[in-house]
Amino acid sequence: MNRFDYIRPASVPEAIAAAAVPGSAYLAAGTNLLDLMKVGTLRPERVIDITRLPDLDRIEWLPDGGVRIGAMVRNSDLAYDERFARMFPAVAEALLSGASAQLRNAATVGGNLMQRTRCAYFHDLASACNRRLAGSGCDARDGENRLHAVLGWSEHCIATHPSDFCVPLVALDAVVEVEGPHGGREIPVDLLHVLPGATPERATALAPGELIIALRLPAEATGFSGNARYLKLRERTSYAFAVVSAAAALEFEGGQIRKARIALGGVAAKPWRAREAEAALTGVPASREAFAKAAELALADALPSGDNAFKIELARRIVVRALSLAVEGTPKIMPALPASPFSTTAGVTHVA
Amino acid sequence: MSPETISQTNRSHRHGSNAGQPLTRRDGVLKVTGRATYAADNHPDDMLYAVPAVSRIARGRVTALDVTAAKAHAGVVEVLTPANRPPLAHDPDEKMPPFGFRVEVLQDDGVRYVGQPIALVIAETLEAATEGAALLDPQYETATARTDLSNGDRFDTATVGIGAPARTAYGDIAAGLAAATHVTEADYVTPAQYHNAMEPHAVVAEWDGDRVTLDMPNQAMALSCAAYAAYFGVPAENVLIRSPFLGGGFGSKAILNGPQILAILAARMLQRPVKLVLTRAQMYGPVGHRGHTWQKLRIGTDREGRLTALHHHALCATSSFDEFLEPAANASLPLYESPAILVEHEGLRLDTGTPGPMRAPGEASGSAALEVAMDEAAVACGMDPLEFRLANYAETEPGTGRPFSSKTLRECYSEGAKRFGWAGRPLEPRQMRDENGFLVGWGMGTAVFHCPHFPAEARATLRADGTALVETSGADMGQGAWTALAQIAAEALGLDPDQVEFHSGVSSLPDGGIAGGSGHTASAGLALNNAGEDAIAKLAALATADPASPLFGSGNIGVVPRSGRLHRLDDEGRSESYVDILARTGQTEVIGTAKAARDQEAAAHHAMFSHGAVFAEVKVDPDLGQIRATRLVGAFAAGRVINPRLVRSQYFGGMIWGASFALHEEAITDRRTGRIMNADFAEYHVPVNADVPSLDAILTEEHDPYVNPLGIKGVGEIGITGTVGAIANAVWHATGVRVRRFPIRIEDLVIGRS
Repeated sequence: MNRFDYIRPASVPEAIAAAAVPGSAYLAAGTNLLDLMKVGTLRPERVIDITRLPDLDRIEWLPDGGVRIGAMVRNSDLAYDERFARMFPAVAEALLSGASAQLRNAATVGGNLMQRTRCAYFHDLASACNRRLAGSGCDARDGENRLHAVLGWSEHCIATHPSDFCVPLVALDAVVEVEGPHGGREIPVDLLHVLPGATPERATALAPGELIIALRLPAEATGFSGNARYLKLRERTSYAFAVVSAAAALEFEGGQIRKARIALGGVAAKPWRAREAEAALTGVPASREAFAKAAELALADALPSGDNAFKIELARRIVVRALSLAVEGTPKIMPALPASPFSTTAGVTHVA
Repeated sequence: MSPETISQTNRSHRHGSNAGQPLTRRDGVLKVTGRATYAADNHPDDMLYAVPAVSRIARGRVTALDVTAAKAHAGVVEVLTPANRPPLAHDPDEKMPPFGFRVEVLQDDGVRYVGQPIALVIAETLEAATEGAALLDPQYETATARTDLSNGDRFDTATVGIGAPARTAYGDIAAGLAAATHVTEADYVTPAQYHNAMEPHAVVAEWDGDRVTLDMPNQAMALSCAAYAAYFGVPAENVLIRSPFLGGGFGSKAILNGPQILAILAARMLQRPVKLVLTRAQMYGPVGHRGHTWQKLRIGTDREGRLTALHHHALCATSSFDEFLEPAANASLPLYESPAILVEHEGLRLDTGTPGPMRAPGEASGSAALEVAMDEAAVACGMDPLEFRLANYAETEPGTGRPFSSKTLRECYSEGAKRFGWAGRPLEPRQMRDENGFLVGWGMGTAVFHCPHFPAEARATLRADGTALVETSGADMGQGAWTALAQIAAEALGLDPDQVEFHSGVSSLPDGGIAGGSGHTASAGLALNNAGEDAIAKLAALATADPASPLFGSGNIGVVPRSGRLHRLDDEGRSESYVDILARTGQTEVIGTAKAARDQEAAAHHAMFSHGAVFAEVKVDPDLGQIRATRLVGAFAAGRVINPRLVRSQYFGGMIWGASFALHEEAITDRRTGRIMNADFAEYHVPVNADVPSLDAILTEEHDPYVNPLGIKGVGEIGITGTVGAIANAVWHATGVRVRRFPIRIEDLVIGRS
């Protein structure tokens, strides 16, 4: 681990000023950053601890019915906020399907948005990784890549974004509020994470020194609260990243789908919004055929990046299932196994 | 706090035998309150920290290490490399019988696997040592790594496991296959798996002249003392190992490894205590693992569904420089009657650390393949898998015809099937759904495990106050050995367990043998029993020779110990307490000792195995391929049960391990570099609580007059066997997809794996 300066600013402006120095990194709960620093994947020279900044740990309801969530709100606190879970049930379900209870208690909203890929080659310093070191190559391309990207990847990088939380956020048009050296701006979460192209070292749209201070979900997204699900396939029932996942949200009018939202996780370097699939569902009745067509559209551009062709078929199927579950309606209580296909078990309310 | 201060406080009120009681663990409160002292909790004054630098290549040599940079780092005291590593008295490239492997202790600059120690940095703090190791910035000359079937070097071998024959043949396999009406033939693959004990390998080493004290988790203290003594050129009695608690061992803490030897060496070199604790990632290399296997089974069956031939071939990965081959095919020897049986092994050299025994070595991976193959053969014969196994039930040991010392497998089958509700299971797959539309499948497998017995010694001291001290250097890896062993000792001494002070976990005590092979309770237990009996005999001799005792003259008739008193055998009303006997005869204590081992005569004439039957239910999402094991019922017959609570827990643990093998665990190796890409608990999956199905373990009653005088077999490993196959067979029954590679993955059920 490299030597670094540890700075604990007292305000957002102080934090941003401190981060103006190149080589700086913001530290929230550290559930991802510190691991990456220990293995040497990230070697910031200045670590700016933002966990004690004032006012970033609030959930505020906006006059229009939307919600503004401070970047330092803990994942568990958000998922268990009664009103939030009622208004944005797929987001709460996604949060509770991620990591472990201990990690969720520590991890923050802003940190989750900024988490890095789980690609083993990104973590292994002896491997070539364009994302870690620009121009060094991609050892995942011909490596152990059964869980890598099938959408939006490039020859330079086939990593996926691992977040569960971000998948329904993208589906629901969430926006992040950013402060930076040149003032504040807003970025849709869908544009926050960027596809690798020829510059996979750039994982997000944030400029150097910019800090996410809040996440906003629009009032419009509450219209899906009765028909919204997050579904996640994984290799053990809890504490595992998604093989593939999907968020689906529907709004009905007179027996027809008025609005549809679909996003996929674990398939690309960003949560993958499937707008063409959404459009195909708009104004039609919910049916298995319509969902299958939507799934085809969602994965129309998919290509295996290695030994992972199965993920394309699996992603199609999970889109259909997530939509079907959304039609059935949001469960009245959080499933015992959030986001699991096996979450139909009634009467158990613990979180695995 | 030391376990020696533990006494049983939750005294249970009961009458009769101590053995057979479901006592809770003697050390349970210490563990759940954090007062149990594990090796790495020790901090002797003036202690240094050692951190190994490990290789990131699989094959080649280290061409440069920046020792200057490491030594320049504040707090770094010394850097051990091949250039300055002090000599060892035993050549590390020579095996250390009976269980020792070649170890990598900086004997040269060669690199033979990823994770091999290539230097050891010793510093005043853990942080300084860690940073020093990072600063070494090793440079390599890299050779192409052999990582898989495609590029490993195959070789013939005479032995597998630890000294087991690599090939055993009974009857004419070709004739048996020719006589078959159907031959089931299939290939099975099991991955490399790592022990991943919760407690990492650790040692705190402190020298005093030519004597050394080692605080370390250890499953085989006496053997380890002898081995360390050989490496360091000191008498074995100069090595003291203290291993009061182990946070899991599973075979990986029975065998010496390079990093621990280097830390002990550093402590002697620097004349200061040294602590070394491996990181999780560093446990993927030098401390053993379950080797990758490629197995082929051919099962010939006749019209009645009886085996005409059973051929099991296992290709087993080992390292480039030493041999530990999973004795996987030997799993096909003891279970099913067949006129022709051929089991054989081949080796495959890969650039990995040497595999080693890992909970049910050979039996686990071999049983996984065998039990799936038996399921496939049952399907081919149109028979229910249980009926098929019963049709091929071995009444005597297949091939040799030796009687079993005891075999209650038929009862395991019937009790397990009844509890599970096996009757009425449809033969065809994909017939059952639950109320939510998930596919439901039922599968079963036979469990079997051999019954090794290690020589062991013990001492029992009856004290003037009527209590006893019993001593043996056993190891409690969490399985509850100390509780069960104390129960055996108390039984022999005619005392309640809370009147028995139990000393263990220190190598200076009488040799308790090895906590391995599921043989610890039997081995150390027999020694404790015999030591207790010896103490009682000496006490009886005092009493029966004393005219003042009510037992005077009972020498020929005999006495029986019960509740702290000796009773005349033919007249229970005549008795005397231990306290009175000792007081009147002026003794402060009576010491009994014993050395116990297996009766070789009984062993030669009997086949000795624990048996069981495991029934599994899985549910599978028909579209998404997500699998969940929902129910496991195991019925096991393992001789006499000393503590049913602990035994049931051992079965549960084994069955969960089996579920892990079937559905979760796999070390993923980059085939180009040999690096393990998931060497951490986030990515190397072991089951979480939510993966653990409903568990039921039936303790089938069994009396074995031959296995040892106590009638105890072993329970620690058998739960894995049978379970892996049962789950895989249940997945087939649910889906109709036969998966022959472990762990079973989502893609196997969605599109089939390439």
